[in-house]
Amino acid sequence: MRLIILDSTDQVADWSARYVLKKITQFKPGPDKYFVLGLPTGGTPLGMYKKLIEFYKAGKLSFKYVKTFNMDEYVGLPRDHPESYHYYMWNNFFKHIDIDPKNAHILDGNADDLDAECVQFERLITEAGGVHLFIGGIGPDGHIAFNEPGSSLASRTRVKTLAQDTLEANARFFDNDMSKVPKKALTVGVGTVMDAKEVMILITGTHKAFALYKAIEEGVNHMWTVSAFQQHPQTLMICDEDSTLELRVKTVKYFKALSAVHHQLIEEDGQ
Amino acid sequence: MGDQSEINCSSILQFTNCLILRNHSIVKDDLWVRNGKVIDPEKVFFDEKTVATKKFDCAGALISPGFIELQINGGFGVDFSHNIDDIDAGIAKVAHGLLAHGVTSFCPTLVTSTPKVYEKVLPKLKPKQGGRHGASTLGAHLEGPFISKMKKGAHDEGTIQTGFKEGVKSLLDVYGSVENACIVTLAPELDGAKDVIEWLTESGVTVSLGHSMANLQEGILAVHHGASFITHLFNAMLPFHHRDPGLVGLLSCDMSEGRTVFYGIIADGVHTHPAALRIAQRVHPEGLVLVTDAISALGLEAGTHNIGQLRMEVRDQKAYIAGTNTLCGSIATMIECVKNFKSATGCSTVEALEAATLHPAQALGLDKKIGTLNYGADADFVLLDPNELSLVSTWISGQCVHHTTIRPLHMP
Repeated sequence: MRLIILDSTDQVADWSARYVLKKITQFKPGPDKYFVLGLPTGGTPLGMYKKLIEFYKAGKLSFKYVKTFNMDEYVGLPRDHPESYHYYMWNNFFKHIDIDPKNAHILDGNADDLDAECVQFERLITEAGGVHLFIGGIGPDGHIAFNEPGSSLASRTRVKTLAQDTLEANARFFDNDMSKVPKKALTVGVGTVMDAKEVMILITGTHKAFALYKAIEEGVNHMWTVSAFQQHPQTLMICDEDSTLELRVKTVKYFKALSAVHHQLIEEDGQ
Repeated sequence: MGDQSEINCSSILQFTNCLILRNHSIVKDDLWVRNGKVIDPEKVFFDEKTVATKKFDCAGALISPGFIELQINGGFGVDFSHNIDDIDAGIAKVAHGLLAHGVTSFCPTLVTSTPKVYEKVLPKLKPKQGGRHGASTLGAHLEGPFISKMKKGAHDEGTIQTGFKEGVKSLLDVYGSVENACIVTLAPELDGAKDVIEWLTESGVTVSLGHSMANLQEGILAVHHGASFITHLFNAMLPFHHRDPGLVGLLSCDMSEGRTVFYGIIADGVHTHPAALRIAQRVHPEGLVLVTDAISALGLEAGTHNIGQLRMEVRDQKAYIAGTNTLCGSIATMIECVKNFKSATGCSTVEALEAATLHPAQALGLDKKIGTLNYGADADFVLLDPNELSLVSTWISGQCVHHTTIRPLHMP
């Protein structure tokens, strides 16, 4: 695992977007060779999407031969609801870039048969040849996607009932009315993300500091599902200073000393 | 857009590099159009999994709904109330000319006329969908003859009807039918007006108060019976008085039940003083509707013109009775009124544009269809320079129906 510690959230956005740029560019995607991205929603990756849009507009990057798979979606929430992940992805990313709609996959939380929808999603990922780079964020309780504490680390895409804590945290997005908060979500499993060739997790803010500590300094534990990625051969954790507050000085110093090596990961060719 | 005709109607047009007036704000977003309607691109993306057939680079322009004109007596040498021998041709001429002013739909207005004129003209004023030939017509605005002689303005005194002696029958004796009427301007103090207002409202006609001596109480009563509009505020009504504010007082009356009283106002820089515009705008911005009340000389070049029995002289963008300094009516275009209104009141661009788009549509109950760029609305809109608000092009049902000499626009 690599831990990349940057000064600010802006730098996290910039670094992660540059990494995506470099990965796609190096892959040289084409009509017979699609790059497959796994994508998160939420506040943390917003800056990364903005940067990627800038790269697209500057002609540095095209998504024409990129397939995307989103991590999760609420069940039963109208797609045009501002909290729906379809709404998020359309407004914050897809409408600004040249991706072919046929290649953008988001779980349909309004499908008649939710289980079938989940099976189909796994099948689509397999048919696409697996995910090259899965990008994720984490919750303050260390969850990745909607794999809440206690989720099996071998889980696959499925319907998940949300924890009471999550519902309460979400109420502010639904007029503070608990009855309007979706109780279930569709989510990729920890196992689904583990299958990706590479995983990049973005962590920013003091409120994520404890989760980062649990993720990397303690053992693999299903109560902190993101800790599973300790066992993934290629994981990048991109974090800001604030989120390192619960880490040991030793850990921080060790990874900061590697910053020159880390910088090579995002250098553009020829630089 | 010379290749517009090659695009079949179900193709998807995406207007990019533009600002859009939507939900009371100006946002940087694309406008998507199909089958003449504004569509939700998110649905196209996720449901149909397809992209736009054609992209149109707006070069930084501001897209506003097309202007809606509720009071216009004619233009381009045509007077709707007097040139009644070939009404279709007259309407067509004005409808076409208005495209260059950013107007995408309008209510041809008939001033006080005899029953014979209504009998001849009204059947020809059926609402008609616009297009390259011209702006849509929404139905007639019948201004008079049920008005006050004391506030007749330029209306013919001898033809004015001073009351509804037999109620609705009196109204129909004059108009024949109100099938093609969109708005009726009447004076609410006339005998029998209450029943007539109620009946018109129930028939789907917007009742507007004007050319009237009504005091505020009479105005409020009329509103309670269904009236929802005031014709060219300040003009042809009692001036504002602090002990009886007259119809002007309706602007500050809370009508409850969520109702808004709309009012037309002529912002041509002549008919309403900028200070009066400001008063109206500050007191009741959401009811403000810009109207031109333009006459036949609208759109004519400077010089002397013979229109009907009148000799008119157009100079300094004003229309005078030839050889005199007597103004004979407004000849300001809608786009000029929008600009005048904005600079006179210091209101926002959104407020100025909504006074010519959303508000007139709401006044007629047509705001699901026109006056907005919401999903599902008609793709009737104008491209404007975002700073100058000058017209770049006019579009009806997603089709370019007019464009000015193309000049480059750049984002600020």
